Amino acid sequence: MQKISVLLFLAWVSFLFYAGIALFTSGFLLTRWELTNHSSCQEPPGPGALPWGGRGEPGACWMASRFSRLVLVVIDALRFDFAQPQRSPVSGEPPVSLPFLGKMGFLQRLLESQPHHARLYQAKADPPTTTMQRLKALTTGSLPTFVDAGSNFASSAIVEDNLIKQLSSTGKRVVFMGDETWNDLFPGVFSQALFFPSFNVRDLETVDNGIMKHLYPTMDSDKWDVLITHFLGVDHCGHKHDPYHPEMARKLTQMDKMIQGLVKRLKNDTLLVVTGDHGMTVSGNHGGDSELETSAALFLYSPRALFPSAPAEEPEIIPQISLVPTLALLLGLPIPFGNIGEVIVEVFSEIEDSQPRSSALAQASALHLNAQQVSRFLHTYSATAQDLQVQELHRLQKLFSKASADYQRLLQSPQGAEAALQTVIPELQQFLRGVRAMCIESWARFSLLRMAGGAALLAATCFLCLLVSQWASSPAFCFGPLLKPMASGLSGAMVCAGLLASTGLKLDSVVLGVMAAVGSLLPFLWKAWASWGSKSPLASLLPMPGPVLLLLLIRFAGFFSDSYIITEARVAPFLLISLTLLLVARLHWEGKLLPPKLLSIPRLGFLTPTGPPQYSAMHAMGLGVGLLLCVRLAGLFYRCHEETPVCSSSPLLSPLRSTVDGRAKNLWYGACVGALVALLASVRLWLRCYGNLKSPEPPVLFVRWGLPLMGLGTAAYWALASGADEAPPRLRALVSGASVMLPRAVAGLAASGLMLLLWRPVTVLVKATTGAPRTRTVLTPFSGPPTSQADLDYVVPQIYRHIQEEFRGRLERTKSQGLLTVAACQLGSVYSAAVVTALTLLAFPLLLLHAERISLVFLLLFLQSFLLLHLLAAGIPITTPGPFTVPWHAVFAWALMATQTFYTTGHQPVFSAIQWHAAFVGVSESHDFTWLSAFLVGANTFASHILFAVGCPLLLLWPFLCENQGSRKRRQPPGNEAEARVRPEEEQEPRMEMRLRDAPHHFSAALLQLGLKYLFVLGIQILACVLAASILRRHLLVWKVFAPKFIFEAMGFIVSSVGLCLGIALVMRVDGAVSSWFRQLVLTQQKAGEQSSLVYTGAGSSARKAQPHLLPPCSQDLLASGTSLFYNSRS
Amino acid sequence: MKDTDIKKLLYTHLLCIFSIILSVFIPSFFLENFSILETHLTWLYICSVSATAVNLVLYLVMKPNVSSKRSSLSYKVTRFLKCCIYFLTSCFFFHVIFVLYGAPLIELALETFSLAVILSTFTTVPCLCLLGPNLKAWLRIFSRNGVTSVWENSLQITTISSFVGIWLGAFPIPLDWGRPWQEWPISCTLGATFGYVAGLVISPLWIYWNRKKLTYKNN
Ligand SMILES: [Zn+2]
Ligand SMILES: [Zn+2]
Repeated sequence: MQKISVLLFLAWVSFLFYAGIALFTSGFLLTRWELTNHSSCQEPPGPGALPWGGRGEPGACWMASRFSRLVLVVIDALRFDFAQPQRSPVSGEPPVSLPFLGKMGFLQRLLESQPHHARLYQAKADPPTTTMQRLKALTTGSLPTFVDAGSNFASSAIVEDNLIKQLSSTGKRVVFMGDETWNDLFPGVFSQALFFPSFNVRDLETVDNGIMKHLYPTMDSDKWDVLITHFLGVDHCGHKHDPYHPEMARKLTQMDKMIQGLVKRLKNDTLLVVTGDHGMTVSGNHGGDSELETSAALFLYSPRALFPSAPAEEPEIIPQISLVPTLALLLGLPIPFGNIGEVIVEVFSEIEDSQPRSSALAQASALHLNAQQVSRFLHTYSATAQDLQVQELHRLQKLFSKASADYQRLLQSPQGAEAALQTVIPELQQFLRGVRAMCIESWARFSLLRMAGGAALLAATCFLCLLVSQWASSPAFCFGPLLKPMASGLSGAMVCAGLLASTGLKLDSVVLGVMAAVGSLLPFLWKAWASWGSKSPLASLLPMPGPVLLLLLIRFAGFFSDSYIITEARVAPFLLISLTLLLVARLHWEGKLLPPKLLSIPRLGFLTPTGPPQYSAMHAMGLGVGLLLCVRLAGLFYRCHEETPVCSSSPLLSPLRSTVDGRAKNLWYGACVGALVALLASVRLWLRCYGNLKSPEPPVLFVRWGLPLMGLGTAAYWALASGADEAPPRLRALVSGASVMLPRAVAGLAASGLMLLLWRPVTVLVKATTGAPRTRTVLTPFSGPPTSQADLDYVVPQIYRHIQEEFRGRLERTKSQGLLTVAACQLGSVYSAAVVTALTLLAFPLLLLHAERISLVFLLLFLQSFLLLHLLAAGIPITTPGPFTVPWHAVFAWALMATQTFYTTGHQPVFSAIQWHAAFVGVSESHDFTWLSAFLVGANTFASHILFAVGCPLLLLWPFLCENQGSRKRRQPPGNEAEARVRPEEEQEPRMEMRLRDAPHHFSAALLQLGLKYLFVLGIQILACVLAASILRRHLLVWKVFAPKFIFEAMGFIVSSVGLCLGIALVMRVDGAVSSWFRQLVLTQQKAGEQSSLVYTGAGSSARKAQPHLLPPCSQDLLASGTSLFYNSRS
Repeated sequence: MKDTDIKKLLYTHLLCIFSIILSVFIPSFFLENFSILETHLTWLYICSVSATAVNLVLYLVMKPNVSSKRSSLSYKVTRFLKCCIYFLTSCFFFHVIFVLYGAPLIELALETFSLAVILSTFTTVPCLCLLGPNLKAWLRIFSRNGVTSVWENSLQITTISSFVGIWLGAFPIPLDWGRPWQEWPISCTLGATFGYVAGLVISPLWIYWNRKKLTYKNN
């Protein structure tokens, strides 16, 4: 019951955090409003006559159409310089030769030979430069906002007015071939469509070849009015290699040839548009707003002369969404309702009419239509939403009415208005640009109320964690009062929500969740408030030791600085190292370290009789230095944040596949396999050291045989993955099949191992030996009457033990000599063995999701957490029989290490650093994106969060585990003064983790406390992110640094809290299994009807001497049934 | 007894502070283009030498600890050599710690080592002067209830404040302010210096305020 309530309480606290995060997110990551209005031919955008009498002509809408057909070629990630013409090198200057430069020779020839037909622009894409956002912008003419970047997974149809919808509603036949994303955006619009999956970035050919196969036949077939193709090869080449790879030259040449073929087939009434949706960085990725990502190529070509003048020397820079109104008016369509782009004026010149004046008039009328449409949109939008700046809106409206009046005057007096014409065009352009700037400025709209509410809820929950973890460490802690307010609050909130819902009030799930959270939180805080007077408030407010509090504050403050977030990969290890040194220094300061042998001197007044256990200074120093070394080595695996100006990511993070040098590749492969073997060997060694490898239980057998098998599978997978390109063609199918199956096999093995572990978590070897154990009374002297609760806690078990001893002595005397002793090995480490095994099993599939060389990081991870746990255990006194506490610095160090490992495994809290290749591990290449892929990418990103959260209970367990070693250490220097003093204590058994079992109430309380403390430390980080994002919401870097950090931190928190609950549940499952194991043992003993005694052994082998001990509840029947129970120490 | 000790302590500390301030101003008369930021390493070594010299002279004059009975020349020489070795060892030790903390391993090695030198000047040199090359005594001082005199107490405070200073000095490094003093290791050096000076100021005051509570075994 207690166990369940611990889990329930932790889940509830996590839920409170989730509610806070959700509330804040709903206020912070708001998008602009999407209007569903549509433009139509029948409805001109504003008052005034349409040019050329618009409505009368057949096929004409707002403007007479100039082209009846359009070929739109989207080449994904066609950066501007990919298509830029290469000038012949100036003499003396070495010609620049890069794989992506000057590969589109046909375009260049077109531009040079037909300057009035072809034009190249540098199109500036708005961030986020992800494909779906760009496609949305390229068809609606609007600005996609930040949240859309996250919805790239679950693509949904565009609800806003867009070009494709306009095309199909005017009866044009739109044929599409290419990227599947278009199907999600425009379902059922195309008259004929050929979709290819877009997610497999490793595949450079399928999409392009598929399109090429159908492109020219379709062109020739005349069954289309608008032909749209979306090629992915260039983008995938960037993702797979980078733009500097020779493959890029090949892909660009292929695209150039394709365009050549298209141009050959173009008819006179057809416009050809070739455009990239975005660019790519030097590493071939995109998503952000750097110069290289946002500059895309835009190429227009018409068999008819289109441009009045020859192009300028440098191609003009235009916003990418300019294409939308331009295409709409050229094709005789209404401009999409929500467009805020500005037409490219030069294409609206009258080429046939040689008079410059009519040309300028045509341009002005196109611009005016455009401006009318934008003004109408602004009007509608500002009536719906209040997020645009009112003053700016007024200014722009004034500007528009002035420009519009000028334009009308121009129309009425066609003669002698040269000067007016010269002013109208700039005025209209100024208006359009002003609108764009205002929209960019305003469409990051925040709901301050929700943001503040979310932050307050998070803060209150953090406070709750602090409070309850403080209660849980007091000896008189009980669970009942915890659950009551929680249950009553939750049910009350449910009832409230039900009532509200029944009254027909529309509530979104976020508000409902928040209501439930607040409703259940308030009774709690009320209770805390009520008990404020009775408890000492200061102690409960600041339970942390000063230095840890300082470090925590520094970490908290770091979230408010973009520099610190960007360099967190170095800040977290800095804090971790500081904490480590602080721990060692404090151990020394408090005199808990024995001086090194060569320096051993009698200490001055340190050794009080109740002095804490002492540890060798060299031991602690060794642990500290080892930990520092591990942290520093792991720091070599460093990936740059995209905002760092001069920085190069560690080459160690790239997969081995990309290593060109064969020898180096082999050496690295050897090192990776070596790391794997070392990891396996160290885990096995650890388990053997604590004697958990002897039992014939299935999990142990799995550890013995399954783990090496998993290692073998991993190594084989790496071999295949790193050498797949070199495989002979005949074997390729086999290799790709195997590289799909191997990760699945490893994951399957890991899953079955975990299942086995859950099924039989007690890995205990039961040995039956004959011969009665020697018994001795151990009653630690205690003088005077007990004064406090602590004293009572100390004395009562002693008395109980004494009584028990007497009882057994009587039994023994009356019974026969031949007692059967049942020796149970490894009981002392049964919990941590299960956790460590689970962690190892989890680590393997996670490792597979990373690049090969990350295995070294995983090895360091296990090593450094081992060292840290040992170091922490050195400072934690074992308080039997409870209450047990996990100190704050331990929890904080653990959380810091989780953060550090997040970075050392090659991650950064930015979207461009997400390792998408993880989605293809164990998934066949032809597989398209599913939730499985999302899961794999998530597991890759939050691997360190998962491992450290699941391993969290080790913080509680490890000191008990080290009890054994402490005593061994203490025995070493014989004749030492200190040794003599601790001897009586040392005579006691190293009962290790059985101490926890013996006090189940305190055990549960300690688990609860541990969970709450970990949640608190993580929650503080979330709170800091939330506060930083809301305070700095107008900061230049809010969308580049703070918002992504918040999203990653929130996701990490969710993953961590789930992992934490699972880890604690695992420990509880082991606890339950141990209890049933005891019960079973009793039953068998009773059945056998023999007088037997039970001997626990710790890590050791043979029974040296037996000690009586305080019995766990279930073993009291052992005693009653005449069976004695012993703990036994190692020899 | 104690009050005179505290007074003495205060004067020696004022002298130490004075020497550090002088090391900032005096060299500019002799060296062209001397400034803490631009010719940082020069200043660092001048500061280190002057602080060492002042410490040595002061402790020789004041003789705060009970001087050893043996005073043969060879003993003094070996003692001096031992001190030198200890100083160098502490420099290397600090260098290793800095590298573990995240300082670059190969680039800027001279700068890192210079930082180690100045930290050793502020921490190891006073220890050597007061306690001699005796690691046991050093360890004793830096543990609870380990100090036995006013001098040792002030040594404890100045050393810890130097460490805290250098630690705090690392904090501005990641910030994107682009100031010259954010360069490695200038901010850390300055932090260590400020920490040391603060320790020199604080320790007599602290000891004075707490003189009732402080009871030393030997006094
Ligand atoms: Zn794209
Ligand atoms: Zn892409």
